[in-house]
Amino acid sequence: MNKGNNPSAETRRPDRAALIIAVVLAAIAGLIFWDVSRLSGLAGYSQVGPTTVPYAIAFCLVGLAIWTAAEALRGDFGHEREKQEFGPVVWIVGGLAAQMLLLNTLGFSIATGILFAMTACGFGKRRLWFTIPIGIAFSYLVWLIFAKLLQLSLPAGPLERLFF
Amino acid sequence: MGTFDFLLQGLLVAAQPMNLLYALIGVTLGTAVGVLPGIGPALTVALLLPVTYKLDPGGSLIMFAGIYYGGMYGGSTTSILLNTPGESSSIVTALEGNKMARAGRGGPALATAAIGSFVAGLIATLALAFIAPYIVKLALVFGPREYFALMVLAFVTVSSAFGDSTLRGLTSLFVGLTLACIGIDQLTGQTRLSFGVPDLLDGIEVTTLAVAMFAIGETLFIAAQGDRGPDKVEAVRGSVWMSAMDWARSWKPWLRGTFIGFPIGAMPAGGAEIGTFLSYAAEKRLTKHPEEFGNGAIEGVAGPEAANNASAAGTLVPLLTLGLPTTATAAIMLAGFQQYGLQPGPLLFATNPQLVWGLIASLLIANFMLLVLNLPLIGLWVRLLTIPKPWLYAGILLFATLGTIGANPSVFELGMLLAFGLLGYVMRVFGYPIAPVVVGLILGPLAEQQLRRALSISQGDITVLFTSPIAAVLLVIAALALIVPLILRARGRGEVLAQLAASED
Repeated sequence: MNKGNNPSAETRRPDRAALIIAVVLAAIAGLIFWDVSRLSGLAGYSQVGPTTVPYAIAFCLVGLAIWTAAEALRGDFGHEREKQEFGPVVWIVGGLAAQMLLLNTLGFSIATGILFAMTACGFGKRRLWFTIPIGIAFSYLVWLIFAKLLQLSLPAGPLERLFF
Repeated sequence: MGTFDFLLQGLLVAAQPMNLLYALIGVTLGTAVGVLPGIGPALTVALLLPVTYKLDPGGSLIMFAGIYYGGMYGGSTTSILLNTPGESSSIVTALEGNKMARAGRGGPALATAAIGSFVAGLIATLALAFIAPYIVKLALVFGPREYFALMVLAFVTVSSAFGDSTLRGLTSLFVGLTLACIGIDQLTGQTRLSFGVPDLLDGIEVTTLAVAMFAIGETLFIAAQGDRGPDKVEAVRGSVWMSAMDWARSWKPWLRGTFIGFPIGAMPAGGAEIGTFLSYAAEKRLTKHPEEFGNGAIEGVAGPEAANNASAAGTLVPLLTLGLPTTATAAIMLAGFQQYGLQPGPLLFATNPQLVWGLIASLLIANFMLLVLNLPLIGLWVRLLTIPKPWLYAGILLFATLGTIGANPSVFELGMLLAFGLLGYVMRVFGYPIAPVVVGLILGPLAEQQLRRALSISQGDITVLFTSPIAAVLLVIAALALIVPLILRARGRGEVLAQLAASED
C-alpha cells in the first residue's frame, strides 16, 4: 500500500481524511441502528427477521470504522492522493444539478444541453455561447432517436413541443 | 434433449431476422462505446441498458449479449492504440499492444487481438453451453445455506482477495450492502432505511448506482486531474493483416489464453484481469523471442486478449446457472434480466429454455459478427478515439443521465445519480474499488434472502450454515480468500495482489 512512503515524522502524523472516513462509516452504522431499532423485529419462525442483516451490517461497519481509524492514527492508511482541481468538479456538478432542476420545466433537450456545455466547460471549452447551442442541438437529436424511435419517455419541453 | 439440441434450437431463435438485427445493433453499439477511452465493459453495458428498455426480453437479452462482447472488443482497440491505463482487464494488452502500435505494427496487433478474441469467445461460449447443464444439475441440490455460502465467497473474492487493501475492498462492499438494505424488506414487507421517502421504497436501482459510480465518478475524477495534455493516438500504419509469421506465433497463445481465462471467469473469483496477467506470464515464459517482450511481442497481445474474452464468457457460467454475478459487468447484466422479472439460475433453464439458449446462441453469432465487423471498420473506431476530451465526457454524461431519465424521469432519481457520482469520485480519490459496491447492492438482497430462509428452516440455529459439507467447504474457501491476502500484504508481498486489482470489472 504505502507506495514510496518513507517513515518520516510527516507521514506518521494522523491522517485527517481517513479519520473523517472512519467517522462517516460509524455514522452510517449509527443510522442503521437507529432506523432498524424501530422495526417490529422478531417476526417469523425464528429469531431472524428484517432487522438481523442490517444489524450485522452495522456491526461490520463499526468494525471497519475502527480499522480505518487505527490505520489513520498509525499513519499507514496510505494511498498517494493526487492533487485534485476542484474548479472542473464544480462545473460538472453544477451542470448535473442544473439538468436535474430544469428537466421537467424546460424539457430534455435544453436541460441536457446545459449539462453538456457545463461539462465541456469543466474540461476546458469555456465558450458557453458556443457550446450551449451545440449541446442543445445534440441533445435534441438524441431525444428524437430515443423518445420517438425507441419510445423512451423523456420529458418534453417547449423545444420538443415546437415540432411534435 | 441434449445440449446440442438445445443449442440448435437456440441458434434457430437467434437466427430470426429481427434477432440478428438486434445482435448487429448490439455489437456495433457495444464496440463503438467500448472503444471510447475510459469506458470499460461494465460502463458500456450500463450506458446501453436503456436502449433495450422497450424491447421484448428475448430481443433485449440478445442485444445485450452483443453489447457485452462488443464492449470487450472495443476495449482492446483502445488499449492498443491509446495506451489508456485504468481499464484493468486490458492493461496487459496495452503493455505489448501499444508498443507494437508505436513500432508501426498496430494493424497486426489489432488483428491478433480480434481473431484471438474470436477464437476464445467461440471456444468459451461452447464450453459455457456444455458446462451449464451440469452446473444447473448441481445447483438443484443447493439449498439456501449453500447459496448463502456461495454468495459469501463471491463477496470476498470481489471485494478483498485482490486489490491493494482488504480494508478498502471490504468498506466498499459494506457500503453496497448498506445501500441494498434500503427499501421494502422482501420477506416481511417492512420498510428499512427509507426514512419515509416514497422514492426509496423500491430500493436503489442498480443501473443508477452503476452509471453514477462508473460514468459520473470517473468523469469527475478525470476532470479533477486537470489538463495533462492530449493522449497520443497511434495511427494504424500499413496492413491490418497478419503475416504467416504472426499467425504462427499467435495461435498457441490464443488457445492457451482461452484455457487459462475460461476457468478463472467461471469460478466465482472476480475479474477478467487475473486471467490476462496469468496468460501474459505464461507467454513470457514460453516464448521463443524473449527479447521482444516489453518491446511489442505479438504473443503478449494474443494470449491476454484471448484470456480476457474467455473469462468474460466464463463469468456467464455462474451468472446464468446460479444467478451469481462475480463482476460489475455481470451485476449489471443481472439487473438487465431483472427488469423483465427474470431471475437467472437453474429455474430459468427449466422455465424459459428458449430464452437462455437463444442468449447463448446469440453470443456465438455476436462473436462472428464482431470478427467481420471489427477489422474492416478499424478506421472508424480509430476516429472515435480522437474525439477531444471535452466533447467525449460531455457526451458520456449526456448518455449517463439519459438512461436514468428514461427509466424514471424524476428529480429525486437524478439527485441520487449526482449523489452517487460524488460518492464514486470521493472513493476514487481515496483508492476505494468501485465494483464491490455494485456487486454488494445487487447480491446483498439475494444473500439476505437465502440466509433468512436457511435460518428460518433451522429455527434460528446458526450452526446449520456450517453443517452442510458443500456450504462448509465454500465458507472455508471464502475465509482463506479473506485471510491469506491479509497475511501476504502484512508480509510486504502485496504488490502482486495490487497488480491484480479489479478496478472496473
